Amino acid sequence: MIFEHDVLVIGAGMAGLRSAIEANRAGADVAILTKVYPVRSHTNAAQGGINAALGEGDSWESHAYDTVKGSDFLGDQDAIEILAQEAPSDIIELEHMGVIFNRDEEGRLGSRNFGGATHARTYFVADITGQAMLHVGYEQILKYKIPCYNEFFATSLILEGGEAKGCLAIELRTGEMHMVKAKAVIMCTGGVGRAFEPSTNALICTGDGMALAYQAGAPLMDMEMVQYHPTTLPSNGALLTEGARGEGAYLINSLGERFMQKYAPNMLELASRDVVSRSEQTEINEGRGINGCVLLDCRHLGEQVIRTKLSQIYDLAKDFSGIDLVKEPVPIRPGMHYIMGGIKTDVNGRTMLPGLFAAGETACISLHGGNRLGANSLLELVVFGRRAGAAAAEHAARSQHSGAGEKRLKQDDDTIRELLGREDKGEHAGPLRMELGRTMHENVGVYRTAEGLTKAIGLVAQLKERYRRISVGDKGQVFNTNLTAALELGNMLDVSEAICRGSLMREESRGAQFRLDFPDRNDEQWLKHTLAYKDGDSVRMDTLPVKITRWEPVKRTY
Amino acid sequence: MDVNLRVQRYDPAGDRKPYYEEYLLTGQPEGVTVLDALIEVRENVDETLGMRCSCRSSICGSCAMRINGQATLACKTRVSSVAQPDGSVTVEPMGNMPVLKDLVVDFEIFWNKINDIGPWLKTEGPVPEREYIVDNEKMLNLIGTVGCIMCGACVSDCTVLAADPDFLGPAALAKAYRFVGDPRDAHREERLADYVKDGGIWDCTHCYYCVEVCPKGVAPMEWILELRREAEAAGHTNHNGVRHSKVFAESVKEAGWLDEAKLAMESMGSLKEKLSLVPVGLRSLLHGKMPPTGPLHYKRPGADHVKRIFEELEAKE
Repeated sequence: MIFEHDVLVIGAGMAGLRSAIEANRAGADVAILTKVYPVRSHTNAAQGGINAALGEGDSWESHAYDTVKGSDFLGDQDAIEILAQEAPSDIIELEHMGVIFNRDEEGRLGSRNFGGATHARTYFVADITGQAMLHVGYEQILKYKIPCYNEFFATSLILEGGEAKGCLAIELRTGEMHMVKAKAVIMCTGGVGRAFEPSTNALICTGDGMALAYQAGAPLMDMEMVQYHPTTLPSNGALLTEGARGEGAYLINSLGERFMQKYAPNMLELASRDVVSRSEQTEINEGRGINGCVLLDCRHLGEQVIRTKLSQIYDLAKDFSGIDLVKEPVPIRPGMHYIMGGIKTDVNGRTMLPGLFAAGETACISLHGGNRLGANSLLELVVFGRRAGAAAAEHAARSQHSGAGEKRLKQDDDTIRELLGREDKGEHAGPLRMELGRTMHENVGVYRTAEGLTKAIGLVAQLKERYRRISVGDKGQVFNTNLTAALELGNMLDVSEAICRGSLMREESRGAQFRLDFPDRNDEQWLKHTLAYKDGDSVRMDTLPVKITRWEPVKRTY
Repeated sequence: MDVNLRVQRYDPAGDRKPYYEEYLLTGQPEGVTVLDALIEVRENVDETLGMRCSCRSSICGSCAMRINGQATLACKTRVSSVAQPDGSVTVEPMGNMPVLKDLVVDFEIFWNKINDIGPWLKTEGPVPEREYIVDNEKMLNLIGTVGCIMCGACVSDCTVLAADPDFLGPAALAKAYRFVGDPRDAHREERLADYVKDGGIWDCTHCYYCVEVCPKGVAPMEWILELRREAEAAGHTNHNGVRHSKVFAESVKEAGWLDEAKLAMESMGSLKEKLSLVPVGLRSLLHGKMPPTGPLHYKRPGADHVKRIFEELEAKE
């Protein structure tokens, strides 16, 4: 079928929901298309909280500077200023929408400490902040009766006259291909964690939106900036919130030392994530780990704090590691968690492809530069989701629908039929994805070298070649997750190539990128963003200067 | 360890009815979860297996299914904790929702019920410049319901929904309390008036299944009971449910056991409803199954002790 809306939001995490709400408020006919159901998105996984300079003695400038410093001076300061200035009102709006934030004794919003922040400016709902926000976002979608194409998998963007005009998508329930035309498209499809193995990310985080935009000609920016979170469980990669350290938990090595005293004497466990993850990896590499892990110790926080403010991670440690946080420290290790890079956008979510907007982890504005501070990602979703929604509605108001019809629909349908119709003699997506994940983790992880990156580029190219000949075992129409896994793998391979190329190009160490062969930050040559364009079967790289408004780069210590 | 999965399969395109397929996986790690095992099957053994899953950390609510007959999240269930003596684990789709394929059920029923309770905060009056000032204790209390991840496990195993598809069900009603109990919500009265209608809070039969299966400790039934207390306190007393609970308690308090016929009769609010019970009563009488009622409802030995328990509890309230 062919559907029409003014604005189409792809993805139903908090960035998607917030942008849809704003486009709706601006009077646009907006719809959401998502490959899962709205409350299933990965926003859920954000545990610790959301930042804003709301408290007494705090200021937006302080929040902005902490973010700039956290980014290792790679973040664009105009965007960071907007983030910090608009954070307070956006959080108050979330409270008005219904989010049940933790309060102080007077009934006002209460905050907690978080990594890389000089004030306690993280507002939270126990350790389920993302879930609590996402569910309220969904409530608002129901309130405003915004239509949702649930369990629709986007296969490509409609391009016409160099503009994005909607997308093609498979309805998982029926296997049918549909066309959703729109005068503006907002990409809110989250990160690409599944290109790494292990990762804290959900199985749905496969970089679909990044790949679709990239394939349509929009560049990806700073893709080498991949965040490893300091506290993930070894068994399944599950995340334990930074809120634990915010509440005062320690990191300990096999000798029982609080090793962060060596690496970040002032901020200790609450230094920025890149610093803590690297410190942990160094401890492990130098033989002071325990089976490839160090320990997170919450015992001194007491049962009351653990059970009320950290209840989810109490359950996670119990369910997945068999450890009672009240009584024992839990083994943890750095795990791939977030990508600071994404589709390049301006401060209103505009990508370099007219008609296409992006917000959230999919986008790179760039707020987080080389390293994202904890609790700035939920904030990004609401501030820049809102701004992208408004800008997309405005664009749609002065734009026309595409003339594309059945012929364009058949194009994607034929591609899918061809893939499904192949005799099942090729390799399958699952094992190939595992190879990709291991390749990326081994060579594009916490510590990188030109040698490892060149190897990864070669391996990804080989995987792409093998991918061309894969087959799909499930030939059915209804809920064919085998087919979507194959399409997702194609998306991850494209995005992974851009990650590797960005990392090889950036010959310095900054934020999450640590090159053993270039161990220092090089402001003279690399105070700039990397851009990756898809150029046929290859990648064309470019750079863009960093926007500096008021904070000149200085040496970063915690 | 070895894992022996017995999975209910159904493909609407080719199968007339569901069947079971067994998958034996060897050399799995000790802590392997049911979801890990199912993913292993889907990626390396049988790609046609249909299921939903995403976060692997029991927060997205995608992978609820029946494991050994009880709904739960596959990602938080370790195989070693549920394997039968013969090593097998039976995996089936959730109940009370039609199966689309294998372990994938049609969730529309679930979302519609959530939508039916008016699931968004309804404030009135001038919007404050800053946050609403409210008691933290009241907010912390709501976290119990906000912890719901809408996985559908409670709806799957709800015994009332199995008999009456119109029941709002445990997930939606727990969500309803989230607004009734929120001091910022200005529509408490209308909400309660809505939730006491047929299909609402009085249709729960306290079977406790939702409490037992909820993987997040939300205990939906407890919130339904809380809604009942709130509704009664707000004056919604002219309801069969309210009369039912009162007569039930009085009858047990006085005689030590339940006067079933009186309970049925006095629960009914209208003469028409009372008369509708007459044929059932007559049939019971004809078959000698009418329980002793009224003056014939004798006191059980020890009834005085039961009465004392009631009185002590009432004194505490």
